[in-house]
Amino acid sequence: MTAFTTYFNDIYRAVSSAMIGMKITIKQMVSPTVTLQYPHVKKQMPDRVRNRLYMNFDDCIGCELCAKACPVDCIDIEVMKAPPTESLGETSTGQKKRIYVTKFDIDIAKCCYCGLCVFPCPTECLKMTDVYEFSEYDRTNLIYNFGTMSPVEIETAKLKVKQYDEEQTAKKAAAAAQAAAAKAAAAAAPVPAAAPTAPTPVAPPAAQTAPAQPANQEPPTTQL
Amino acid sequence: METLQTILREPIITTVLLALIPLVFLLIYALVTLYGEMKMAAHIQNRLAYMENGWHGTLQPIADMLKLLQKEDIIPTAADKFLFILAPYLVFMGTYASFAVVPFSSVFIGSNIDLGIFYLVAASSLVVVGLLMSGWASNNKWSLFGALRSAAQIVSYEIPGVLAILGVVMVLGTMNMQTMTQLQDGGIHNWLILGGNFPLGQKLALLPFMFLLFVIYLLSSMAEVNRTPFDLPEAESELVQGYNTEYSGMKFAIFYLAEYANLFLVSAVVVVMFFGGWTSPFGEFMSGPVWGSFWFVLKGMFFVFLNIWLRWTLPRLRVDQLMYVSWKVLTPFALFCIIAIGYIMVM
Ligand code: SF4
Ligand code: SF4
Repeated sequence: MTAFTTYFNDIYRAVSSAMIGMKITIKQMVSPTVTLQYPHVKKQMPDRVRNRLYMNFDDCIGCELCAKACPVDCIDIEVMKAPPTESLGETSTGQKKRIYVTKFDIDIAKCCYCGLCVFPCPTECLKMTDVYEFSEYDRTNLIYNFGTMSPVEIETAKLKVKQYDEEQTAKKAAAAAQAAAAKAAAAAAPVPAAAPTAPTPVAPPAAQTAPAQPANQEPPTTQL
Repeated sequence: METLQTILREPIITTVLLALIPLVFLLIYALVTLYGEMKMAAHIQNRLAYMENGWHGTLQPIADMLKLLQKEDIIPTAADKFLFILAPYLVFMGTYASFAVVPFSSVFIGSNIDLGIFYLVAASSLVVVGLLMSGWASNNKWSLFGALRSAAQIVSYEIPGVLAILGVVMVLGTMNMQTMTQLQDGGIHNWLILGGNFPLGQKLALLPFMFLLFVIYLLSSMAEVNRTPFDLPEAESELVQGYNTEYSGMKFAIFYLAEYANLFLVSAVVVVMFFGGWTSPFGEFMSGPVWGSFWFVLKGMFFVFLNIWLRWTLPRLRVDQLMYVSWKVLTPFALFCIIAIGYIMVM
């Protein structure tokens, strides 16, 4: 008898559950859909959404903090110290630019939109925008070159830096020659008693501090 | 003009033209149903489906059809070429041949034979052969599994289906589909689902059995057209696409067309048997040959709709459940109905 009742019970359950299912589906069918017709209608992005990076190159001072912060190394910066004589202008925050940024590439394909590069920037020139439609047919197009320096400008900048460096080395050489001459003159002086106060010992301390730099905090005595 | 008339009077030409009418209907119907099914499926799942081509994507079925037409027709190297090519046509032929006895209206029926519904059952069985053939010829295990399942399924569901038809034939006393329809003429109360055109006592006695037979036939017809919840032959999650896995392009389109044609065919049988075929539900009002075809298509489309609705509601049955439903539920109930109807009709 139990088999008999289960048989009919099963049939009843099958039919009733099918009916319930059909009721649900027909309700869903007439209820309005929530689909967004994407390319035609776009969803309003929330504030502070993190999508494509925007970079305001005019404000970059070339400190490379962003490149160091990036966990996936997708910011590629090349910098060159400008001669102090050169005026590179100021950022909008009023900071003086002292460094040529010859290359500023962001490989957005590698970017994980963590936003970690945004915060360290001292001049706030990196920003995450709400643009999310930037697919490309060629992967290389995803490397965004934000640097605005043209190759010619870079060359002239390099020349200037080289010139300045040469000038500096020439100056240094001249200064060294002068110092050497002064030293020689001092050494040639016939008054040895006055020697300790002479300006010549100034050079040796400087020479001493230079090799001392790489040494660690330990007292020099233990090292020796 | 005269030559045209003489050509048109030629019996062979007229026959061919008449035979093509259901085909034209089927092609239009397939496009409409394709669109309707996609839209229904989408809305049941709270989506929108086609929206781009034409108003609400109405041109999409045409685009789909054009795509299928120009697609490369791939025949696998290891396939049995002859059977592979033959199979889709056989499937469609089996379905289309059945349309010969479907009364679209009081004046249009391909062949008004007395064995109507019997011929229909026989001709649509040809589909199984086609499906098996396609599965075998594809030389692919998924296809073969699909075909075997399809054969097992169709053969077992033909039994309750045919028993249900037998019950109706016992009530109406004819196998001619046109006569079947005419016997239910005169308004909605004469339809067999409401007891038919009989004295009140007999009518009330017949009513529950007619309803049962209707449900039995509906379920077994759904199994015969291989649609969810009985779509084991195509079970995408297990068998890729079942018997038509290897088919592409035009041949795939023909399988698709055959499936939709089959869907309308079984709906038409339901309509003729239980819902008065082309007869108007309001008796004399809105009846006539043209209205007749309108009512017929409308009723048929309602069952197509029901089929689609069920398809997107119920999950697929397991193979053993499928056999259970056929042999242990539908068949005994159909037999019970037949015995009961026999007593009622004798009394
Ligand atoms: S958002 Fe993150 S991953 Fe992208 S560039 Fe900035 S630090 Fe790198
Ligand atoms: S942190 Fe800002 S200023 Fe510094 S290099 Fe990056 S973008 Fe330029």
